[in-house]
Amino acid sequence: MDIDSVRSLVTVLGMTCFLAIVFWAYSRSAKKGFEEAAMLPFHEDDEVDSQSASRSHTQG
Amino acid sequence: MQTQATYDYQVVRQFAIMTVVWGIVGMLVGVIIAAQLVWPDLNVHEYLHFGRLRPLHTNAVIFAFGGCALMATSFYVVQRTCHTSLFLPKLASFVFWGWQLVIVLAAITLPLGYTSGKEYAELEWPIDILIAVVWVAYAVVFFGTIGKRKTSHIYVANWFYGGFILAVALLHIVNSAEIPFSLMKSYSAYAGVQDAMIQWWYGHNAVGFFLTAGFLGMMYYFVPKQAGRPVYSYRLSVVHFWALIFTYMWAGPHHLHYTALPDWAQSIGMVFSLILLAPSWGGMINGIMTMSGAWDKLRTDPILKFLITSLSFYGMSTFEGPMMSIKTVNALSHYTDWTIGHVHSGALGWVGMVSIGSIYYLLPRLYGKTEMYSVRLITLHFWVATIGIVLYIASMWIAGVMQGLMWRDVNVDGTLKWAFIESVKATYPYWAIRLLGGLLYLSGMFIMFYNMVRTIAGQKAVDAPVLAPAAAH
Repeated sequence: MDIDSVRSLVTVLGMTCFLAIVFWAYSRSAKKGFEEAAMLPFHEDDEVDSQSASRSHTQG
Repeated sequence: MQTQATYDYQVVRQFAIMTVVWGIVGMLVGVIIAAQLVWPDLNVHEYLHFGRLRPLHTNAVIFAFGGCALMATSFYVVQRTCHTSLFLPKLASFVFWGWQLVIVLAAITLPLGYTSGKEYAELEWPIDILIAVVWVAYAVVFFGTIGKRKTSHIYVANWFYGGFILAVALLHIVNSAEIPFSLMKSYSAYAGVQDAMIQWWYGHNAVGFFLTAGFLGMMYYFVPKQAGRPVYSYRLSVVHFWALIFTYMWAGPHHLHYTALPDWAQSIGMVFSLILLAPSWGGMINGIMTMSGAWDKLRTDPILKFLITSLSFYGMSTFEGPMMSIKTVNALSHYTDWTIGHVHSGALGWVGMVSIGSIYYLLPRLYGKTEMYSVRLITLHFWVATIGIVLYIASMWIAGVMQGLMWRDVNVDGTLKWAFIESVKATYPYWAIRLLGGLLYLSGMFIMFYNMVRTIAGQKAVDAPVLAPAAAH
């Protein structure tokens, strides 16, 4: 395979990889993990703003 | 639930304080060179000449002010969202002192005229090696901390910080490849247009990863914290991250439109710059929409004002950038003050304001307080800074478009209508307005410095205890 075919292949693989990430990010299976991850900054009860954080925690 | 161990805040405190200090230094140099354009007589000595001070200004605001803000916040965020203390805290201390040494060396060598001549990478080879060593240490501490996390997930802010750290290491090492000639002189390892392309691959990705990805990490932690609610869409933040990673690396050639760079490479740079609009605006919308349901807080909370306004400027400059990368627009805008206006809408508006907001959030918490000494002074700082930015970018837009039009203006016989010096003369009033805008922004930093000193004075440094992750998962 010549160098230009490799370059084309890498571009196509890059695009495929990105589309796969988008597909995964919007899939149902990723949803629960994302909801947990989104709350990571708020699992801190020593914070002054913990009151408002716990409020949004119950929403999440 | 609570353990005895505490987070390592010492290095966060050091970087946070130096963010404000280097912000004042870097912006002061900016005001000086802005004044030199209005009054050329201020170029009093070769060491203080515009050509020597300008790289000092850019290095100081990007790598000293911006760098300290990124390191302070990344070390804070990674500990808190991973529920663990820093990996190798002594190495983190080395990162602090090493980085300060780099900054001091830059402040000495650049006015002395030691430069490799590459924009935003001017420092000579011994300092380049020091930067690489400090940066690798920074990466070890950051990724080591992620490695010993107590949570199963890695919060999205850490993805952005991590992407920024890896990309900057790659960019710095590749672009700084040079052949030493003497202790303070080296020549690039690349030649001709390849050298130019590598330089602007570096240069634009310094914007994309240092000035964007890193500060987006800040945005994804401090906006939700200050708004008291989780980020609007976590899945959008994941797509935002990967879209930036896949796209930014290609945008560099737009700095070399109408040069010896092959036309197809210029076109690729332009197309990818246009594509960049999508992830940039996706991220901006994600940040701003985090406020939905809490918009009332914006009225009273000046820290949120800083953070949300920074996102507005992020949106503005990431719209303007793709437009300027279109070849026909670039034919008008390139080499004019429009570029300077664009850069400062991003630097003062986005990078500056998101850093200032985050440091205002951080400082009291590092000293066991709930808020800054004076919230009214934060509000004052916000308005002074905002008016300063508006004056700065509006004057540079007008000046830039005027210069571009004058330079391309031809008589019927095809000769140029204006000599270059006539465009310089016509720009004077706008340079004066820009100086005023810069002065306002700088005075805002002095207000911040006073507020910081009063907040810290008499307070003991407090390291918050490390908390066990919530049992939620």
